[in-house]
Amino acid sequence: MDRIPILKFGNALLVTIQVDMHDRLATALEEDLTSKIVEHNAKGVLIDISALEIVDSFIGRMLDNIAAVSRILDADTVVVGMRPAVAITLVELGLSLTGVKTALNVERGMELIKARLRTSDTDEEDDVEE
Amino acid sequence: MKSERLDIRSSDDVVRVRQLTRTLAIEAGLSLVDQTKIITAASELARNTLDYGGGGVLLAELVEALGRRGVRLTFEDHGPGISDVEAALKDGFTSGKGMGLGLGGARRLSNEFSIQSKPGEGTKVAIARWK
Repeated sequence: MDRIPILKFGNALLVTIQVDMHDRLATALEEDLTSKIVEHNAKGVLIDISALEIVDSFIGRMLDNIAAVSRILDADTVVVGMRPAVAITLVELGLSLTGVKTALNVERGMELIKARLRTSDTDEEDDVEE
Repeated sequence: MKSERLDIRSSDDVVRVRQLTRTLAIEAGLSLVDQTKIITAASELARNTLDYGGGGVLLAELVEALGRRGVRLTFEDHGPGISDVEAALKDGFTSGKGMGLGLGGARRLSNEFSIQSKPGEGTKVAIARWK
Protein backbone atom coordinates (compact mmCIF):
# COMPACT_ATOMS: atom_id res chain seq x y z
CA MET A 1 0.00 0.00 0.00
CA ASP A 2 1.12 3.59 -0.65
CA ARG A 3 2.52 5.60 2.23
CA ILE A 4 3.09 9.32 2.69
CA PRO A 5 6.85 9.83 3.34
CA ILE A 6 7.88 11.23 6.71
CA LEU A 7 11.24 13.07 6.82
CA LYS A 8 13.25 13.62 9.98
CA PHE A 9 15.35 16.72 10.65
CA GLY A 10 16.83 17.15 14.08
CA ASN A 11 14.09 16.71 16.65
CA ALA A 12 11.29 17.35 14.19
CA LEU A 13 9.38 15.42 11.54
CA LEU A 14 8.27 16.85 8.21
CA VAL A 15 5.36 15.59 6.14
CA THR A 16 4.43 17.05 2.77
CA ILE A 17 1.09 15.78 1.52
CA GLN A 18 1.26 15.93 -2.26
CA VAL A 19 -1.47 13.52 -3.34
CA ASP A 20 -5.23 13.46 -3.11
CA MET A 21 -5.42 11.07 -0.16
CA HIS A 22 -7.98 8.32 0.06
CA ASP A 23 -9.17 7.60 3.59
CA ARG A 24 -6.95 4.56 4.21
CA LEU A 25 -3.87 6.57 3.24
CA ALA A 26 -4.82 9.29 5.73
CA THR A 27 -5.34 6.72 8.48
CA ALA A 28 -1.96 5.10 7.65
CA LEU A 29 -0.26 8.51 7.91
CA GLU A 30 -1.79 9.04 11.34
CA GLU A 31 -0.43 5.69 12.54
CA ASP A 32 3.00 6.12 10.92
CA LEU A 33 3.47 9.57 12.42
CA THR A 34 2.57 8.35 15.89
CA SER A 35 5.19 5.59 15.81
CA LYS A 36 7.84 7.90 14.26
CA ILE A 37 7.33 10.47 17.02
CA VAL A 38 8.17 7.82 19.59
CA GLU A 39 10.94 6.21 17.53
CA HIS A 40 12.81 9.50 16.95
CA ASN A 41 11.79 11.19 20.20
CA ALA A 42 10.46 14.02 18.01
CA LYS A 43 9.38 17.28 19.64
CA GLY A 44 7.79 18.80 16.57
CA VAL A 45 5.71 17.71 13.57
CA LEU A 46 5.34 19.97 10.55
CA ILE A 47 2.59 19.04 8.07
CA ASP A 48 2.63 20.90 4.75
CA ILE A 49 -0.81 20.81 3.09
CA SER A 50 -0.14 23.49 0.43
CA ALA A 51 -0.74 20.92 -2.33
CA LEU A 52 -4.15 19.88 -0.96
CA GLU A 53 -7.06 21.21 -3.01
CA ILE A 54 -9.60 20.30 -0.35
CA VAL A 55 -9.70 19.33 3.31
CA ASP A 56 -12.92 17.51 4.11
CA SER A 57 -14.14 16.33 7.52
CA PHE A 58 -12.13 13.12 7.30
CA ILE A 59 -8.80 14.83 6.61
CA GLY A 60 -9.68 17.55 9.12
CA ARG A 61 -10.29 14.91 11.75
CA MET A 62 -6.98 13.25 10.83
CA LEU A 63 -5.15 16.57 11.41
CA ASP A 64 -6.96 17.03 14.72
CA ASN A 65 -6.09 13.49 15.81
CA ILE A 66 -2.42 13.85 14.86
CA ALA A 67 -2.21 17.08 16.88
CA ALA A 68 -3.91 15.51 19.89
CA VAL A 69 -1.83 12.33 19.88
CA SER A 70 1.45 14.19 19.34
CA ARG A 71 0.60 16.51 22.23
CA ILE A 72 0.18 13.50 24.50
CA LEU A 73 3.56 12.25 23.25
CA ASP A 74 5.13 15.66 24.04
CA ALA A 75 5.45 16.89 20.45
CA ASP A 76 3.95 20.00 18.83
CA THR A 77 2.11 19.78 15.50
CA VAL A 78 2.01 22.71 13.10
CA VAL A 79 -0.05 22.56 9.90
CA VAL A 80 1.26 24.91 7.22
CA GLY A 81 0.33 26.14 3.76
CA MET A 82 -3.46 25.87 3.84
CA ARG A 83 -4.91 27.45 0.70
CA PRO A 84 -7.32 30.37 1.29
CA ALA A 85 -10.19 28.61 -0.53
CA VAL A 86 -9.65 25.56 1.68
CA ALA A 87 -9.75 27.69 4.84
CA ILE A 88 -13.02 29.36 3.75
CA THR A 89 -14.58 25.98 2.94
CA LEU A 90 -13.45 24.36 6.20
CA VAL A 91 -15.11 27.03 8.30
CA GLU A 92 -18.35 26.78 6.31
CA LEU A 93 -18.23 23.00 6.63
CA GLY A 94 -18.16 23.50 10.40
CA LEU A 95 -14.58 22.44 11.12
CA SER A 96 -12.46 25.02 12.90
CA LEU A 97 -9.49 22.76 13.76
CA THR A 98 -9.28 24.31 17.21
CA GLY A 99 -6.71 21.79 18.43
CA VAL A 100 -4.32 22.35 15.55
CA LYS A 101 -1.59 25.00 15.42
CA THR A 102 -1.26 26.57 11.99
CA ALA A 103 1.24 28.78 10.19
CA LEU A 104 1.11 30.43 6.78
CA ASN A 105 4.14 28.66 5.34
CA VAL A 106 6.93 26.20 6.08
CA GLU A 107 9.37 28.90 7.27
CA ARG A 108 6.95 30.24 9.88
CA GLY A 109 5.97 26.75 10.92
CA MET A 110 9.63 25.86 11.42
CA GLU A 111 10.08 28.98 13.55
CA LEU A 112 7.22 27.86 15.81
CA ILE A 113 8.76 24.43 16.21
CA LYS A 114 12.28 25.82 16.78
CA ALA A 115 10.92 28.17 19.44
CA ARG A 116 9.37 25.15 21.16
CA LEU A 117 12.66 23.22 20.88
CA ARG A 118 14.60 26.11 22.46
CA THR A 119 12.14 26.26 25.35
CA SER A 120 12.42 22.53 26.02
CA ASP A 121 16.27 22.79 25.83
CA THR A 122 16.16 25.52 28.48
CA ASP A 123 13.88 23.38 30.62
CA GLU A 124 16.38 20.54 30.52
CA GLU A 125 19.27 22.86 31.45
CA ASP A 126 17.22 24.19 34.35
CA ASP A 127 16.64 20.66 35.53
CA VAL A 128 20.40 20.00 35.52
CA GLU A 129 21.13 23.14 37.52
CA GLU A 130 18.54 22.25 40.10
CA MET B 1 -25.39 18.89 -21.32
CA LYS B 2 -22.70 16.56 -20.13
CA SER B 3 -23.35 13.92 -17.51
CA GLU B 4 -21.45 10.98 -16.07
CA ARG B 5 -22.18 8.11 -13.68
CA LEU B 6 -19.69 6.77 -11.17
CA ASP B 7 -19.99 3.77 -8.86
CA ILE B 8 -19.01 4.36 -5.25
CA ARG B 9 -17.71 1.09 -3.82
CA SER B 10 -14.39 1.94 -2.13
CA SER B 11 -12.46 4.87 -0.68
CA ASP B 12 -10.59 5.12 -4.01
CA ASP B 13 -13.97 5.88 -5.58
CA VAL B 14 -14.38 8.81 -3.14
CA VAL B 15 -11.16 10.23 -4.62
CA ARG B 16 -12.59 9.65 -8.14
CA VAL B 17 -15.77 11.51 -7.14
CA ARG B 18 -13.64 14.50 -6.10
CA GLN B 19 -11.71 14.41 -9.39
CA LEU B 20 -14.85 14.17 -11.54
CA THR B 21 -16.48 17.00 -9.56
CA ARG B 22 -13.38 19.17 -10.05
CA THR B 23 -13.43 18.57 -13.82
CA LEU B 24 -17.11 19.55 -14.10
CA ALA B 25 -16.72 22.54 -11.74
CA ILE B 26 -13.91 23.92 -13.91
CA GLU B 27 -15.99 23.34 -17.07
CA ALA B 28 -18.92 25.15 -15.46
CA GLY B 29 -16.62 28.10 -14.82
CA LEU B 30 -17.00 28.09 -11.03
CA SER B 31 -14.61 30.30 -9.06
CA LEU B 32 -11.79 28.64 -7.13
CA VAL B 33 -13.65 29.02 -3.82
CA ASP B 34 -16.86 27.60 -5.31
CA GLN B 35 -14.93 24.71 -6.88
CA THR B 36 -13.42 23.95 -3.47
CA LYS B 37 -16.85 24.07 -1.82
CA ILE B 38 -18.58 21.71 -4.25
CA ILE B 39 -15.63 19.28 -4.27
CA THR B 40 -15.62 19.21 -0.46
CA ALA B 41 -19.40 18.69 -0.35
CA ALA B 42 -19.04 15.88 -2.93
CA SER B 43 -16.37 14.23 -0.80
CA GLU B 44 -18.63 14.28 2.29
CA LEU B 45 -21.62 12.87 0.43
CA ALA B 46 -19.57 10.21 -1.37
CA ARG B 47 -18.20 9.03 1.98
CA ASN B 48 -21.73 8.94 3.44
CA THR B 49 -22.86 6.85 0.46
CA LEU B 50 -19.98 4.45 1.07
CA ASP B 51 -20.00 4.26 4.87
CA TYR B 52 -23.71 4.47 5.66
CA GLY B 53 -25.38 3.48 2.40
CA GLY B 54 -23.12 0.50 1.77
CA GLY B 55 -22.04 1.96 -1.56
CA GLY B 56 -24.06 3.48 -4.36
CA VAL B 57 -23.83 5.61 -7.44
CA LEU B 58 -23.16 9.24 -8.33
CA LEU B 59 -24.78 11.00 -11.25
CA ALA B 60 -22.70 14.10 -12.00
CA GLU B 61 -24.11 16.66 -14.42
CA LEU B 62 -23.02 19.89 -16.01
CA VAL B 63 -26.25 21.92 -16.02
CA GLU B 64 -27.47 25.21 -17.42
CA ALA B 65 -30.47 27.30 -16.44
CA LEU B 66 -31.36 30.95 -16.99
CA GLY B 67 -28.03 31.47 -18.70
CA ARG B 68 -26.05 30.19 -15.73
CA ARG B 69 -23.92 27.10 -15.68
CA GLY B 70 -23.52 24.84 -12.74
CA VAL B 71 -22.79 21.38 -11.41
CA ARG B 72 -25.44 19.03 -10.07
CA LEU B 73 -24.50 15.90 -8.15
CA THR B 74 -26.98 13.18 -7.20
CA PHE B 75 -25.87 10.44 -4.81
CA GLU B 76 -28.08 7.39 -4.50
CA ASP B 77 -27.75 4.29 -2.37
CA HIS B 78 -29.97 1.38 -1.40
CA GLY B 79 -28.74 1.19 2.17
CA PRO B 80 -30.70 1.29 5.42
CA GLY B 81 -31.95 4.86 4.84
CA ILE B 82 -32.38 7.60 7.42
CA SER B 83 -35.41 7.52 9.69
CA ASP B 84 -35.14 11.12 10.92
CA VAL B 85 -33.79 13.31 8.11
CA GLU B 86 -34.17 16.55 10.08
CA ALA B 87 -32.00 15.18 12.90
CA ALA B 88 -29.44 13.86 10.40
CA LEU B 89 -28.99 17.36 8.99
CA LYS B 90 -27.95 18.76 12.36
CA ASP B 91 -24.22 19.10 13.05
CA GLY B 92 -22.93 16.45 15.38
CA PHE B 93 -25.43 13.82 14.26
CA THR B 94 -23.69 10.58 13.45
CA SER B 95 -24.62 6.95 13.51
CA GLY B 96 -21.04 5.88 12.85
CA LYS B 97 -17.44 6.91 13.18
CA GLY B 98 -17.67 10.32 11.52
CA MET B 99 -17.89 13.79 13.00
CA GLY B 100 -21.47 14.26 11.91
CA LEU B 101 -20.68 17.20 9.64
CA GLY B 102 -21.33 15.40 6.37
CA LEU B 103 -24.95 16.19 5.52
CA GLY B 104 -25.28 19.59 7.20
CA GLY B 105 -21.86 20.64 5.92
CA ALA B 106 -22.68 19.57 2.36
CA ARG B 107 -25.92 21.58 2.54
CA ARG B 108 -24.06 24.71 3.68
CA LEU B 109 -21.51 24.31 0.87
CA SER B 110 -24.16 24.06 -1.86
CA ASN B 111 -26.64 26.45 -3.48
CA GLU B 112 -29.27 23.73 -3.75
CA PHE B 113 -29.78 20.73 -1.54
CA SER B 114 -32.43 18.03 -1.43
CA ILE B 115 -32.68 14.71 0.32
CA GLN B 116 -35.10 11.82 0.06
CA SER B 117 -34.75 8.83 2.30
CA LYS B 118 -36.89 5.90 3.33
CA PRO B 119 -35.88 3.46 6.05
CA GLY B 120 -35.05 0.12 4.46
CA GLU B 121 -35.02 1.52 0.93
CA GLY B 122 -32.13 3.92 0.66
CA THR B 123 -31.15 7.54 0.38
CA LYS B 124 -30.91 10.04 -2.46
CA VAL B 125 -29.13 13.35 -1.95
CA ALA B 126 -28.82 15.99 -4.66
CA ILE B 127 -26.76 19.18 -4.52
CA ALA B 128 -25.99 21.91 -7.01
CA ARG B 129 -23.60 24.81 -7.16
CA TRP B 130 -24.15 27.59 -9.72
CA LYS B 131 -21.77 30.05 -11.24
